[in-house]
Amino acid sequence: MSIESIVKEFQAVAASPARQLDNYKAAGKKVIGVLPYYAPEELVYAAGMVPMGIWGSNTKTISKAKEYCATFYCTIAQLALEMLLDGTMDKLDGVITPTICDTLRPMSQNIRVSMKKLNKMPTIFLAHPQNRKPAYGLKFCIDQYTNVKTALEEISGAPITDEALKEAIKVYNASRAARREFVKLAGEHCDVITPTLRSAVLKAAWFMLKDEYTAKLNELNAELKALPVCDWKGTKVVTSGIICDNPTLLKIFEDNHIAIAADDVAHESRSFRVDVPENDDPMMALALQFAAQDYDVLLYDEHSSSNRRGEYVANLVKESGAQGLVLFMQQFCDPEEMEYPYLKKALDAAGVPHIKLGVDQQMRDFGQASTAIQAFADVLEMAK
Amino acid sequence: MAEMEKTAAPAQEAPAAPVKKAPKPVSPGTAALRKVVSDVYAAAWEAKKAGRPVGWSSSKFPCEIAEALDLAVVYPENQAAGIGAQHDGERMCQAAEDMGYDADICGYARISLAYSAGVETTNESRRMPQPDFVLCCNNICNCMTKWYENIARMHNIPLIMIDVPYNNEVTVSDSQVAYIRGQFDDAIKQLEVIAGKKMDPARFEHACECANRTAKAWLKVCDYLQYKPAPMSGFDLFNHMADVVTARGKVETAEAFELLASELEEHVKNGTTTTPFPEQYRIMFEGIPCWPNLKALFKPLKANGVNVTAVVYAPAFGFVYDDLDSMARAYCKAPNSVCIEQGVDWREGICRDNKVDGVLVHYNRSCKPWSGYMAEMQRRFTEDLGIPCAGFDGDQADPRNFNEAQYLTRVQGLVEAMEQNAKNKAAKEG
Repeated sequence: MSIESIVKEFQAVAASPARQLDNYKAAGKKVIGVLPYYAPEELVYAAGMVPMGIWGSNTKTISKAKEYCATFYCTIAQLALEMLLDGTMDKLDGVITPTICDTLRPMSQNIRVSMKKLNKMPTIFLAHPQNRKPAYGLKFCIDQYTNVKTALEEISGAPITDEALKEAIKVYNASRAARREFVKLAGEHCDVITPTLRSAVLKAAWFMLKDEYTAKLNELNAELKALPVCDWKGTKVVTSGIICDNPTLLKIFEDNHIAIAADDVAHESRSFRVDVPENDDPMMALALQFAAQDYDVLLYDEHSSSNRRGEYVANLVKESGAQGLVLFMQQFCDPEEMEYPYLKKALDAAGVPHIKLGVDQQMRDFGQASTAIQAFADVLEMAK
Repeated sequence: MAEMEKTAAPAQEAPAAPVKKAPKPVSPGTAALRKVVSDVYAAAWEAKKAGRPVGWSSSKFPCEIAEALDLAVVYPENQAAGIGAQHDGERMCQAAEDMGYDADICGYARISLAYSAGVETTNESRRMPQPDFVLCCNNICNCMTKWYENIARMHNIPLIMIDVPYNNEVTVSDSQVAYIRGQFDDAIKQLEVIAGKKMDPARFEHACECANRTAKAWLKVCDYLQYKPAPMSGFDLFNHMADVVTARGKVETAEAFELLASELEEHVKNGTTTTPFPEQYRIMFEGIPCWPNLKALFKPLKANGVNVTAVVYAPAFGFVYDDLDSMARAYCKAPNSVCIEQGVDWREGICRDNKVDGVLVHYNRSCKPWSGYMAEMQRRFTEDLGIPCAGFDGDQADPRNFNEAQYLTRVQGLVEAMEQNAKNKAAKEG
């Protein structure tokens, strides 16, 4: 298949998760919604079900969720609840609600309570440990994942065997590797893989069974590898933030000849940086993977007296050949907001220019962002 | 009202503010409670001067450990509340915003981060030495984790972290206890290094005894709000929270609360109260008060005879336990770390016991985990208890997020609903 046709398929999936849900259900699959962050999707896959990411929506408006949320909560979480309430997600067979930020804590309760009231799907609670590396942290993580596993087994009606889980881990590791490779290739072929296409390819991963997804992505990667590395005349940035999948916003990058060299985005690279060890104890392996997650605004850093994350992101910009960084600051996202001053400090120290774009998923007017990106393009040009 | 800001500063480092008007006389119990808090700040300054390490701690970090190791510890949340109440919160918040911290971040965190970066407060009684270590327990919120990491980075100092994951069930599982117990053991080792000595089990036991005694005395004081009319206003409890936050593990705190309890007992016997108006309605005040706007909060309540006879802090700070494992279990039960059923149960319990007629809910811009399920809780209060609820928008430390006109309207609405409820009840009773 041509690059264009593979990318089009990914675009279609990214644009219509509801159709994906319908298709999987029509094929007799059970589908489990997965809210951010770091839920062990491998368990869902191993149970023979389809995990489907729920990261809000760029087209919906908060309405029913207002019955549960005050205004000052991130739109990703509010729109996730909105879709669970308004019927969009009614075909799901369950939903996993992690609780790693201050919005997701009460949201896990709102989702559980509302789903019960409306006789909708069962909810599966997940609390990750922040002290994740010591033995007691690993043990707690396994306990939590075991709760998730048990709940999934109830929904699927069959036990999740170690063999199935080991196989799922292999499938997911392959998928992560393919996505990491794609990110690298997209940076090298930014004339072909524009910011909107890059986003669509990565976003589609949340709505497809990973073996299907990886097979298609490997095809794309092979096609990209066969191309000569492009002689990009524009500029390049690293993106950072929770999510930046709004096609209208990303189109502004294209209009200003800004390519994405790499990302530090929760919805993208942060979710596939770390593989699961392939060993004899798959539950421990999943806990070890979570323990190894690092450089993330959502996670406790045991070396917090140094500015490791800021420096990591600044290095990412340098190593990827980008001239600057664009931070998509999700409104009301405390963890991102709390880490911004030290990210700025590290970027300034490394001589990396950046802009902070305030965004939310109900953004419909991009005039201000457009002006800011346009002005930043000039700054980047000078940094080349 | 607003007693938090009235405690004395240590003489050498920050002279007391000039007295503008004669302070209202206070009871011996209240005076003792104020002294306890002043002494905490003074002890931290003394430690700093003597070259001993000073810690900054989140309010629900297990204070018993540092207490047993004789480490001086102060509490940024108490400091921020005091700074807010003394009307220096907005300036401090803005200073943090100038450093790059977003205006949507918790006001306490912004004040604390500005102070940590060297911005001095005009509230001399809440000045405290810069930290040599930080103690973070995120049972209240995850914001705490990043807040304390930022402080650790600013000063290049160790952070001792106790992570209390959010709990979806009313009971605390053995799995959770084991996880937290493991962290307690590590925290003790880390603090022994900082203190330069081993923890004496007898001293730890003593600190635990004091913390238990304080918790019981605190709960006893809170229980006096059950009397009708109440011998005090629930707003006084907000002020006394300073003691349970900063000095739970000290014997003086337990004694001061016991003294206050005996005064309240006298009031009950004599049918008197310290509430400065006749009590017509009784409400639960939900959430942290808007410290910068205490007068504005109190005024329409007083005008309508509305006494606050229930606050969630009563059960929330009543940690009672008998060993390290049950201490781990107790620290899991912070207001923002428990599931909605537990949260509703606590609140409905005190609403029933303290005979409230309505609930005033503070939607606190500074506290996402707290305000995040209040809409559902409000529905349950009305459904389960048959009482009206009203919500208003505010902030615990940043006055820019509070609108007095909206607050007045909401209080008025609540009063009218309580009035109607009372009429309906009277009509029913014949």
